[in-house]
Amino acid sequence: MSGFKVFEGKAVALDRANVDTDQIIPKQFLKRIEKTGFGQYLFYDWRFLKNGELNPDFELNQPENQNASILIANENFGCGSSREHAPWALLDYGFRVVIAPSFADIFHQNCLKNGMLPIKLQTEEVNYLFLKAKEQPYQLKVDLENETISDNNGFLTAFPINGYWKSMLLNGWDEIEITLQLEEKISEFEKSGGVFS
Amino acid sequence: MGKSIIDKIWEKHVVHQEEGKPDLLYIDLHLVHEVTSPQAFSGLRMKNRKVRRPDKTFATVDHNIPTDNRYEINDSVALNQMTTLEKNCSEFGIQLAGIDSPDQGIVHVIGPELGLTQPGMTIVCGDSHTSTHGAFGSIAFGIGTSEVEHVLATQTIWRIKPKTLKLEINGSLRKGVTAKDVILYILAKYGIDFGTGHVVEYCGDTIRRMSMEERMTICNMSIEGGARAGLVSPDETTFSYIKGRRYAPKDEDFSLTVKKWEELASDDDASYDREICIDANDIAPMVSWGTNPSMTGKINEKIPTINDCSSELEKKSLERALAYMGLQEGQKIEDIRIQHVFIGSCTNSRIEDLRQAASIARGNKVHPTVRALVVPGSQAVKKLSESEGLDVIFKQAGFEWRDSGCSMCLSMNNDIVPSGEHCASTSNRNFEGRQGFGARTHLVSPAMAAAAAVYGRFVDVGAMSAAETV
Ligand code: SF4
Repeated sequence: MSGFKVFEGKAVALDRANVDTDQIIPKQFLKRIEKTGFGQYLFYDWRFLKNGELNPDFELNQPENQNASILIANENFGCGSSREHAPWALLDYGFRVVIAPSFADIFHQNCLKNGMLPIKLQTEEVNYLFLKAKEQPYQLKVDLENETISDNNGFLTAFPINGYWKSMLLNGWDEIEITLQLEEKISEFEKSGGVFS
Repeated sequence: MGKSIIDKIWEKHVVHQEEGKPDLLYIDLHLVHEVTSPQAFSGLRMKNRKVRRPDKTFATVDHNIPTDNRYEINDSVALNQMTTLEKNCSEFGIQLAGIDSPDQGIVHVIGPELGLTQPGMTIVCGDSHTSTHGAFGSIAFGIGTSEVEHVLATQTIWRIKPKTLKLEINGSLRKGVTAKDVILYILAKYGIDFGTGHVVEYCGDTIRRMSMEERMTICNMSIEGGARAGLVSPDETTFSYIKGRRYAPKDEDFSLTVKKWEELASDDDASYDREICIDANDIAPMVSWGTNPSMTGKINEKIPTINDCSSELEKKSLERALAYMGLQEGQKIEDIRIQHVFIGSCTNSRIEDLRQAASIARGNKVHPTVRALVVPGSQAVKKLSESEGLDVIFKQAGFEWRDSGCSMCLSMNNDIVPSGEHCASTSNRNFEGRQGFGARTHLVSPAMAAAAAVYGRFVDVGAMSAAETV
C-alpha cells in the first residue's frame, strides 16, 4: 500500500442511498482468487445492459464522467456484505476517494485497509457536491495531512478521520507488521490462559 | 454502575491499549470460507508469514457449493476457489469441513452446531453474517479480507470499541409470528442503518423465551440494520444447547465453565449508549416488498405510496425499488404473486426452521406455477431432518430437497431466480440482483415461505386454519 497525502482528481456523483456491496460488485465476480482485475465488474448490473452493452443511462457511463477518481455517494454507502472485493473494484476502476454523508461500517474499514479514503461530510455539503458535479469537469482536492477537502470555487471543509487511520494512510504502513511488534504481548495474553481456560 | 455483556467481553480481550489508537483485541475463534480468504492466504505467503493459531481457526466451503450434485462443479473459477481453500488449509494446518465432510455446511450454521461457538468469545469471519454467533453471548462480527489476513497472522484485530444499543422486546408473539418476523419488524420500523456503529444486545422476556435457533435468526440480521454485531446474554437455554457438542468443554470442565459463562450476563444496572423498547404484540408476519430489508411490511398491509415519503431521497428510493420489483405503490402485499420459494440460508436453515416449514407443507401441494427449494444449512441438519422424515414431507408436497450450502441466498452456484420473477425467500437480503440478475426477492419466515409455495402468493400463516397446517 502506497502513501496518500494530497490527492486531486475529477469527482462524479452517484446520487443513490443505501448502495450495497452487491451492487458495487455482484456475486458472480467474487470467484477470483486475486485482488486485482475487479474494476471491469464494478457496478456491473447498473453499468451494463442485459445484452452486455454499456447502459447509457448509468451515471458513470456518461462521457463527461469518464476518468474520475473521486466518487460522491449518498447515505449508508457500502451496506450489506463484507466483501473487500467492493473497494478492490472501486480502486481498480480508478477511484481513490469516496465521499458520502454516511458509510456502512465494514465497507468503511475495508476502504482504509486498501489505501482508499472514505470521507464523511454533512448532508448539505454532499448535496452541494452533487450539484457541482453536474457541470463537468469538476475537480476536488483532498488534503489528508490537513484533513480538508476543497474545490476551485471556494468550497473548503474539514473532514473527520481517526488519527490511527490517518497515519496508516499517510505512511502506507503494513498493519500486520505493526501488530507483530507487539508479539510478546500477544504471547503473554495467550499464556495467561486467554479468557476462559 | 454495572456492566453490559459487551463491556465485559471487550475488557477481557484487550491485548494492548494506547491513547489515540484502536484497541488490539484477541480473537478466540476465526471461521473461514472459500470466497473471502484466498487473497488473505496469498498475502501471508508473499511475506512468508504463518497462521498463528491454526487451532483457533476453522474452515468450510459453503458459498459456491452446488446443492444438487455437489461433485459436479462446472464452473471452473468456482472450483478453483474451493480447491484453493483446500490447499491453503493443508499448507497452513487448518481444519477444514470440506465437500466430503459430514460437518460441511454454512459457516454460521456449523460453528454453533459443532460447539465451536461459545459464550464470552470474540469471533470473526470474512462474512457479514458472523453476527449470528452473538446469539450465544459472544462478540461476533464480519471482517474484510485484509483483516482475515491480519487475524490469521496475529490472532488479533484493531478495533475502536463500538457503541452499545439495548433492544428490549417484551410480551408474547402472536400466532404465526416467528423470530424472522421480529427482526424484519425491527428493520421496517427503525431502518436499514439503525445499528450502525453499535453492538446490539437483544433482551426482554420475548427473547428469553426463544430457542437458540430463534436467537440466531435475530442476531444474524443485525448487520441488515448496520450493526456489525448483535448478541444475547447467555442463559440455561444457551448452556443446554452447547452441552455435549463436539468442541464444548466436557464433564466437570463444562459445569466449571458454565459458572464463568453465567457471570457474563449484563448487570441489571448496566448503561447503554441507546435503548429501544418493542412490544412483541405489535408484530405480525412480515414480507419485504422492496430492495433493502427495511422495505418491509406486515402481511395485511399495503406497499407505501409516494405521498407517504417524508423526503426527496426516500421518494427516489421508493420509485427505484418499485420499478425494480415490478410493483405498484399502494398495492396489497397479499396480492403479490410469486414463482419461486427458497427455504434456506444462514438466517433460516436450521432444524427448527425446517420443522416450521414442514408443518405447513405437510399434506399440501406446491402451487403449480411455483418452484420451491429447501436447502438445509448443513449436512448435520440434513441428516437430522431426514431422520425426522421432513424430506419426505417436502418431497411429497412438491418441494425440491437439496444438499447443504448458501445456494439461492446469493446464487453463486446454479440456484438462480430468473429475471423479473418473484421469490419468497427465507434469506436475509433482498438487494437488486442478489438472487440473480433482475430477480425480485421477498424476505419472509420459513412458515410464510412454505405457505407462499402452496398458494402462489403471500398469505397470513397466523390466519391459516388448523386443517391447512396439519
Ligand atoms: S447463507 Fe447467504 S448470507 Fe449466509 S453466509 Fe451464505 S451467502 Fe452469506
